[in-house]
Amino acid sequence: MLARALGRTPHYVVAGGLAVIFLFPLLWNTWASVSPQPGTAQESGHGLGNYRTLLEYDAGLWQYLLNSTVVSALTVGLTLGVSLLGGYAFARFDFPGKNLLFLLTLAILMVPYATLLIPLYVLLGRLHLQNSLIGLSLVLAMFQLPFATFMMRISFEAVPRELEESALVDGCGTAGALRRVLLPAVRPGLITVGLFAFLSAWNDFIAPLILISDSEKAPLPLAVANLRQQSMGAVDYGATEAGVVVLAVPCLLLFLLLQRHYIRGFMSGALKG
Amino acid sequence: MSAGYRSRPEEQGRTVRAPVPRWRSRRAKGLAYAAPTAVFVAVFFVLPLLLVGQMSLSDWPLLAGDRGVNAPGNYTDVTDTALFWPAVRFTLLYTVIVTVILLGLALLLALLVQESRPGAGFFRTVYFLPGALGLASASLLFWGLYSPTTGPLGGIPETLGLADEPVSFLGSPTSALLSTVFLVVWKFAGFYMLILLVGLQRIPHEVYEAARMDGASRAQIFRAVTLPLLRPSLALSLLLCVTGSLLAFDQFFVLTKGGPDNSTVTVVQLIYREAFQRMNLGTAAALSILVLAALLLLNVLQFRGLRRADES
Repeated sequence: MLARALGRTPHYVVAGGLAVIFLFPLLWNTWASVSPQPGTAQESGHGLGNYRTLLEYDAGLWQYLLNSTVVSALTVGLTLGVSLLGGYAFARFDFPGKNLLFLLTLAILMVPYATLLIPLYVLLGRLHLQNSLIGLSLVLAMFQLPFATFMMRISFEAVPRELEESALVDGCGTAGALRRVLLPAVRPGLITVGLFAFLSAWNDFIAPLILISDSEKAPLPLAVANLRQQSMGAVDYGATEAGVVVLAVPCLLLFLLLQRHYIRGFMSGALKG
Repeated sequence: MSAGYRSRPEEQGRTVRAPVPRWRSRRAKGLAYAAPTAVFVAVFFVLPLLLVGQMSLSDWPLLAGDRGVNAPGNYTDVTDTALFWPAVRFTLLYTVIVTVILLGLALLLALLVQESRPGAGFFRTVYFLPGALGLASASLLFWGLYSPTTGPLGGIPETLGLADEPVSFLGSPTSALLSTVFLVVWKFAGFYMLILLVGLQRIPHEVYEAARMDGASRAQIFRAVTLPLLRPSLALSLLLCVTGSLLAFDQFFVLTKGGPDNSTVTVVQLIYREAFQRMNLGTAAALSILVLAALLLLNVLQFRGLRRADES
């Protein structure tokens, strides 16, 4: 029935109509963020008044942007470093406990976020990493490991062994072969892993909600959500909409720029999963 | 993390110059490269899992206090909480509704953009675009969109003469649920479209051609060829969608705050409330263990069901 209905209705009418529905909230929010709203810094005329409110809110937009940038950079760096070495080990070496470790890494996917965050809250306290951006990044990087390790293992396996062996014969150690020969070959995999890690670290909400208690250290999503909750008396929709724009722009740009890699990551994930 | 990393320079070159212990040195190197992963998994995954088990059996106030054994007190406390069964029921209801609508729409989108006619790439990008946003950001966006005062939608029924005043989308339990479902579908439809698209593109052209040669109609081809061959992708989407919905948190925490009247409290929200509002990490841990067990059981059943379906 679905197929027949599709056959009858002009294809572009359906596709175009749906495209409008998908784009509308994004366009509306962008427009609303520069529009006048009652009870905000911008009561009349269009302009950046809502963004100015956001700049001065609590610890200030720059502080929150800095927090988010630090967390995202640390998470991406940690994820890339660990999964590059781990992927190399799983693809090219035999060592005791290899299969167990790989299965344990994948098992992170099976355990609900919330189940781990409660003990991690306690554990980070004992490691003196509670309420710290470093602790948060370590946790976020751990959640990235199943996908990242899997992806890097596939990337290394796709590189012909001869390439690396000739480097070893030429006198490189394994580290030299990794740096000089393999690193360029697995770059697409690294870009995919980095993009996924960035998007999830930049956007994560529940981990900072539980692990960060100091509003000065809140990443942007938490700060914007707090902005909305704290102003219960007079709700500032305008500043919230401005916050959504600031949150969304890097994600949308990065996705549009690296779309190809995103979709390739998807393919290898879906193909083997 | 750095112990294994640092040991590499001394080992460098030995592989080539001293061929005798080569296999043993490769094993050591493999271990060294895997060491950071092992440390991460041990400290931030295995250890917390053991700890949450211990916590679930102990008195564990959020702030300092008694940490004595309390087994199985935390587990019985969980099921005695007034909100427990309503939260379980609501989470299941939400999961069913989201899964049906989301996967149905994702399949429609995938079919719309699968052929490489002009504009297909554009539509794929547009449908996926909300997927690049975070769930919390999307929820904040829809919170403004649904607002009866500044949102563009609230006034529509009034203008059409269907209501006397602007509609409050988050005001009643039913409309709050459906509004959240709409947000989630908008955010994730493109993501599942991509998974199904990968599946659609793996169906060989010859199969379609053969079906067409036999004079099958489009509907017949869809039922007899597309759907069965798409089953692995549909199964993966189903697994991800059900798991994700059962663990829903951000959208309800941000958009409905669990209201109105606690009608949209999910199980994960209950964990958060136990831990950080009622300050009882022990019960929160017990609840976490129950969620983990339910999810593992569900996944085992789903895998079994799928394998049986494959054999028949």
